[in-house]
Amino acid sequence: MSSAILPAASDTQSLTGAEIVLRALKEQGVEVIFGYPGGAVLPIYDAIFQQNAIRHILVRHEQAAVHAAEGYARSTGKVGCVLVTSGPGATNAVTGLVDALLDSIPIVCLTGQVPTHLIGNDAFQEADTTGITRPATKHNYLVKQIDKLAETVHDAFYVARSGRPGPVVIDLPKDILIGKGPYKPAPQVEHRSYRPQTEPDAAQIAKAVAMLKGAKRPVVYAGGGVINAGPEASELLTKFVRMAGMPCTNTLMSLGCYPASDPQFLGMLGMHGTYEANLAMHGCDVMFNIGARFDDRVTGRLNAFAPNSLKIHADIDPSSINKNVKVEVPVVGDAASVLRALIAAWEADGATQDREALAGWWRQIDEWRGRNCLHYVQESRIIKPQHAVKRLYELTRQSGKETFISTEVGQHQMWAAQYFGFEKPNRWMTSGGLGTMGYGLPAAMGVQVAHPDALVIDIAGEASILMNIQEMSTLAQYRLPVKVFILNNQYMGMVRQWQELLHGGRYSESYSEALPDFVRLAESFHGVGLRAESTDDLDRVIREMIAIDRPVIADIAVDQKENVFPMIPSGAAHNEMLLASNQISGGAGVTDEGTALV
Amino acid sequence: MPDPSDMTHRAATIAVLVENEAGVLARVIGLFSGRGYNIDSLTVAPVDAEGRLSRITVVTSGTEMVIEQIKAQLDRLVPVHKVADLTLEGPHLNRELALIKVVGSGSARQEALRLADAFRARVVDATTESFVFEMTGNAEKLDAFINLMRPIGLAEVSRTGAVAIARGTASLTV
Ligand SMILES: Cc1ncc(C[n+]2csc(CCOP(=O)(O)OP(=O)(O)O)c2C)c(N)n1
Ligand SMILES: [Mg+2]
Repeated sequence: MSSAILPAASDTQSLTGAEIVLRALKEQGVEVIFGYPGGAVLPIYDAIFQQNAIRHILVRHEQAAVHAAEGYARSTGKVGCVLVTSGPGATNAVTGLVDALLDSIPIVCLTGQVPTHLIGNDAFQEADTTGITRPATKHNYLVKQIDKLAETVHDAFYVARSGRPGPVVIDLPKDILIGKGPYKPAPQVEHRSYRPQTEPDAAQIAKAVAMLKGAKRPVVYAGGGVINAGPEASELLTKFVRMAGMPCTNTLMSLGCYPASDPQFLGMLGMHGTYEANLAMHGCDVMFNIGARFDDRVTGRLNAFAPNSLKIHADIDPSSINKNVKVEVPVVGDAASVLRALIAAWEADGATQDREALAGWWRQIDEWRGRNCLHYVQESRIIKPQHAVKRLYELTRQSGKETFISTEVGQHQMWAAQYFGFEKPNRWMTSGGLGTMGYGLPAAMGVQVAHPDALVIDIAGEASILMNIQEMSTLAQYRLPVKVFILNNQYMGMVRQWQELLHGGRYSESYSEALPDFVRLAESFHGVGLRAESTDDLDRVIREMIAIDRPVIADIAVDQKENVFPMIPSGAAHNEMLLASNQISGGAGVTDEGTALV
Repeated sequence: MPDPSDMTHRAATIAVLVENEAGVLARVIGLFSGRGYNIDSLTVAPVDAEGRLSRITVVTSGTEMVIEQIKAQLDRLVPVHKVADLTLEGPHLNRELALIKVVGSGSARQEALRLADAFRARVVDATTESFVFEMTGNAEKLDAFINLMRPIGLAEVSRTGAVAIARGTASLTV
């Protein structure tokens, strides 16, 4: 570490703005920055050059910097850090910021800005970054005085990680970065205005316990908030679900917070959730939502959602409660704190559960499970995409390597969620809220930076992967052995599926024309390219991919016409599910109203 | 607890104590426009001795569930200290100031002055052909006066939007 940048602390010492930024990042525990240089941030790059404490990963597009930081954050529980230049650097980062906002991922993004005296003059590479990113972030700052710089950085990290986490932007005019000012260490006092409640109210916990103990047909619906509350929350959730003998379902965002192999796990719920998870939600008498937000992909048609249930909703964000769905018992608090309090109150409470009713409920659930909704037939040598994911799952398990999965967006994402089992939290990175094609490769890159020895795989579609393919170059530069596993159906499969089901099979612009040769593409980026044309090749290609300690693209040719099932069409209820193209349960048809939804 | 099937709208006067920092008003307004909430009026000014705190008064309307959402969304903005629903919390005073220009001559002028007197509006500017009246009161009272001025020669209106405060000792502070 260079003494010039990170000198022994003294409040009065004068540093340049760029040095203050780096020192504050260091104090906040930042080890890696994902970034891309430009005129407005050159002073920070100069300061980075003169120190070794913080590593910089040079991405190839600013959007990828944010997704990489998301992957880093999601897989470690730390705040991800991004550095981009003014103007186009900042605007390129916006998609990543909104992605992090919707999925509650803690990110601090430093953006360069033109000097303060030029702000508002349409100067070269000027953009109103705080204006543009205001609705794209949890909070943002424009630093106009150097003596506010250090405290702003500390404040940003506090805001990014506290309460419901999210992305924060600090806009840094160039004159602030080259000016001199004092360093101030992180304050020990409470934040003036932002102090989210983390400990739940005891009375609400007592109500929740009474409701859950009296339940005859309970279901636990756990969301991404459980992941955000740290690994302990997942352990507490598992403990609670087991001691209460209840079924548990996960959202797309929370896969891994409850072990997939556990007999009480119902799988994912929602639009492409399992039959048993969605029918358990529909038929329950008491629902315990912990850290999920009743997203429209989960609830289906609101007026038909879990019609005869009482609901408990625990969330760290009070604005998530009673937003879409009215609940009987709101609980504000951090998921780990809520579960800890709940377990203690459950154990202290003398009431017993209705064991007989619970046994009946489990019989019903087992009957639903008997439908085997994720069943598929691998009949010919054409690889079914489901089979490819299933073999990937089995062979990565056999390899014994610590495995992290990211995805792009589309059918492959849903098959990954359905057929790859996650036993632990923080192993699954996907763009849930925004559904950003191009997320998976840079996210995997960020994961690999944080876990250099792990097996990190981006399960991709041939269309999505092209949205941030330039990051192959970053992988090569930093020797990050990320694996890209493309389920290549030569279609924007998810678009094609909707066109088949909702638009009379008119496949407008959804064919993946003029694709690159992914094997040679991998090679030209200094990686290894593999291809599986039929089931004969599949296992060999997966094994080879796992064994290679370099970036790999494995191009898996899969059935072009396969659709994702089960499916609850937009605007339908949980009990109106398409199980396969020829099997409709509960009269699931697509209504005109449903066609208008996304 | 709000009932989502209850579609009856109500008005709400919401007081918000915020850090007096750059962008805070844009954040509040952006929240309303971005999420499709109504703003009937909005006022803001610093309220403490050091000028660090501002108070925003928003008059809005919506179903009970929407108003609950508005309050929760306001409360989670980082620079927001406190949010109070004055309409719900009990009796409160609600005042607005208006400057009203009436142009005319002859009997219309006499009529304008007579009505202004009845409404306790003050004349703050006068020429041979115009008056500017200053008036405070709640929105209904201002509306009533302005409507009466319309046929008489109403030329221009400038209104502040409502400010409000709870009656009694209860105080909204940080
Ligand atoms: C940036 C962006 N643009 C458009 C979409 C809409 N979209 C959702 S899935 C999809 C097709 C994805 O195709 P592919 O990556 O091949 O995945 P597949 O569905 O075939 O598995 C599109 C265009 C999106 N989610 N993100
Ligand atoms: Mg595809």
